[in-house]
Amino acid sequence: MAEVSFDEMGPEGGPVRAPYAELAQWLARQDPRELRRKQRQADTIFRRLGITFAVYGDDRAAERLIPFDLVPRILSAGEWRRLARGIEQRVRALNAFLDDVYHRQEIVRAGRLPAELLHANDGFLPEMIGLDPPKGVYAHIIGTDLVRTGENEFHVLEDNLRTPSGVSYLLENRETMMRLFPELFARHRIAPVETYPEMLLETLQSVAPTGCAGEPTVVVLSPGIHNSAFFEHAFLADQMGVELVFGSDLFVEAGQLHMRTTEGAKQVDVVYRRIDDEFLDPLTFRPDSMLGVAGLFDLYRAGRVTIVNAPGAGIADDKAIYSFVPDIVEFYTGEKPILSNVTTWRCSEPDSLRYVLEHLSELVVKEVHGSGGYGMLIGPAASKRELADFGAKLTAKPGAYIAQPTLALSTCPAFTRAGIAPRHVDLRPFVLVGDRVRITPGGLTRVALKKGSLVVNSSQGGGTKDTWVLED
Amino acid sequence: MLGRTAAGLYWMARYMERAENLARLVEVGYRIALMPSAATGHGDEWRSTLVSAAALEGYGAKYDEITPETVTHWLLRDPDNGSSVWRCLEAARNNGRGMRTALTREMWEALNATWVEYSTLRPGDLRGDRLPDLLNWVRERSQAFRGAMLGTIIRDDGYHFSQLGAFLERADQTARILDVKYHILLPRSEMVGGATDGYQWETILRSVSARGAYRYVYKGPYRAWNVAEFLILSPRMPRSLRFSYDWITASLDGLGEVYGTAAPADDDAAATRARLVDCDMSTIFQGGLHEFLGDFIARNGALSIALARDYHFD
Repeated sequence: MAEVSFDEMGPEGGPVRAPYAELAQWLARQDPRELRRKQRQADTIFRRLGITFAVYGDDRAAERLIPFDLVPRILSAGEWRRLARGIEQRVRALNAFLDDVYHRQEIVRAGRLPAELLHANDGFLPEMIGLDPPKGVYAHIIGTDLVRTGENEFHVLEDNLRTPSGVSYLLENRETMMRLFPELFARHRIAPVETYPEMLLETLQSVAPTGCAGEPTVVVLSPGIHNSAFFEHAFLADQMGVELVFGSDLFVEAGQLHMRTTEGAKQVDVVYRRIDDEFLDPLTFRPDSMLGVAGLFDLYRAGRVTIVNAPGAGIADDKAIYSFVPDIVEFYTGEKPILSNVTTWRCSEPDSLRYVLEHLSELVVKEVHGSGGYGMLIGPAASKRELADFGAKLTAKPGAYIAQPTLALSTCPAFTRAGIAPRHVDLRPFVLVGDRVRITPGGLTRVALKKGSLVVNSSQGGGTKDTWVLED
Repeated sequence: MLGRTAAGLYWMARYMERAENLARLVEVGYRIALMPSAATGHGDEWRSTLVSAAALEGYGAKYDEITPETVTHWLLRDPDNGSSVWRCLEAARNNGRGMRTALTREMWEALNATWVEYSTLRPGDLRGDRLPDLLNWVRERSQAFRGAMLGTIIRDDGYHFSQLGAFLERADQTARILDVKYHILLPRSEMVGGATDGYQWETILRSVSARGAYRYVYKGPYRAWNVAEFLILSPRMPRSLRFSYDWITASLDGLGEVYGTAAPADDDAAATRARLVDCDMSTIFQGGLHEFLGDFIARNGALSIALARDYHFD
């Protein structure tokens, strides 16, 4: 990239930004050999803990480590306050939007959102129409992907409202850093993140079915040990002290959901599911699903069990809807959005499509329903041939794509083979919505460890680093 | 506790124990092969190792000849052998992975690190003078896992299920080793207690780390009678059938306490233990050691099935 990115520690040779003052001095004193030793130590910790993830379609590396970068990313208390306010505003609006989408669709009636964006959308679940989830919450667990392009410029790149993952890395990254660099924690006042599992459990319990008497029983429903995020499913269940179940452990009987235990059946009230909507219940959705529970959705409709996140919540993180989120925030909150979107061209609109085709080599083009960095085009990094191929796909099915400018993502110092060097980062804070909104300070910073690369997805070789929010 | 979790704990412990016992079996084969013996003939010791490991059939499907290298490779690392040490460690880990929440962090780390490190073995690590180190390492890792478990797991149903898995497996293995020894290693022409035989019995004791204990208890040379008694009836020898069944019945009692009710399988276990308590060696030898062990192995297998039924393993 020719454009110079905003560096969060400060420009090369220029002044160090305030949140990094201590860290910069500390970094300057470090012996690279010692850091390399710490790096190996960190890798061993992660491998021994089994913090691995699976990359689909890569047999050789059935279980890989996500590279961990030793250098923490630091946000000031003020920066974080503004982000947290903006995130809370956004997730409240998105939940209000979901409630509206599955009820009166006032936003469509008001002419603020084209009706076909809902009805012709795979993310829209007709089965959810008229259903009232406890406390009116649809998206309880959200990962809001943010990118930074300047001192005060944060943009939302994506809202993840289905089953966002990565929070276990956030927690383990902090654990590992505290083990490796206790002296750094003594020199900074860092907001703790360790309460996430507790907050998650509170959130899940707060949305138990209204008829649930006593302490609700919560479970984490995982598709199984071969899922790429299985480690996280187990980790969260463990940290919350609840059962980690597979679909085969659950069954519906006498109007309740039960799990099979050594002592027979036990009632389940809240299911934090980490399987996709279409696999939840073979009787309602995909009949070939082996991962879900037959009859689960009927129970859910009857208010006998809570599914978290609600089925159909994905409509709100659809990339075609994304470009309307600023309007959505205004419509439901009556406030200006605190966090801005990234400029987005909807290829379904002829003018936009023309612009995108003409500027393909400068843009990032994404599939409307894609995720994880699969199936996207990064214009500046693509060959002539790739551009031509992608152009043809776009012309054939414009409605399936959106385009965004190639952003000059901010950089942070990272420990690379060549020593400390700037690398591009993004940020995924984790938000919980139940009886109230709970946000863990910071979030998961993903870093593109390859020099100049802008792709931070772990499936594409990105790494993670610990993220600190300083306290006043 | 989920039925699947109970099954996971049970099988995790079984597979870990099996990996350790397989390593012990290979060690027996290795040691016996070091001794030139006209009576046993070349290759017989490795053949009997395969039989004790219940691996002869699978091995025969892949190899025509029995050589130390191929047998060791088959038992330790061959990807085609579903019950090699490698696969056992993998199965133990996969069971643990499926119910991570029931494991303490230390148990998981021991389980995971063992599999990760074993997976990086190179063929050279199985050969020649490096083999004993490897076998030793497998035993150490199994013991590290057991230590992590005993040191950290809460004494409730999960603990009892893992103990059941470990001791059912151990009882099965000890019975098989003895059975094979009786049937195949024993040269027809030689009386029990002959010189070759003595060496072989000694090796078996060594492979269960019980040589010193045997001497301490019997204060004399190795006799088939005594060795069999030690491994079958001794309530003090931690790899004996009796010892295993003391633990199995204690674990079932423990489950009964946790759940407030006894399971039908308890009666089966108690009956098997009663046989071991009431028996002496002359009764066993009169009825035939092989018959006794065969009956024991069958009862032990039936108990495993009864446990799965009573505690909703699937």
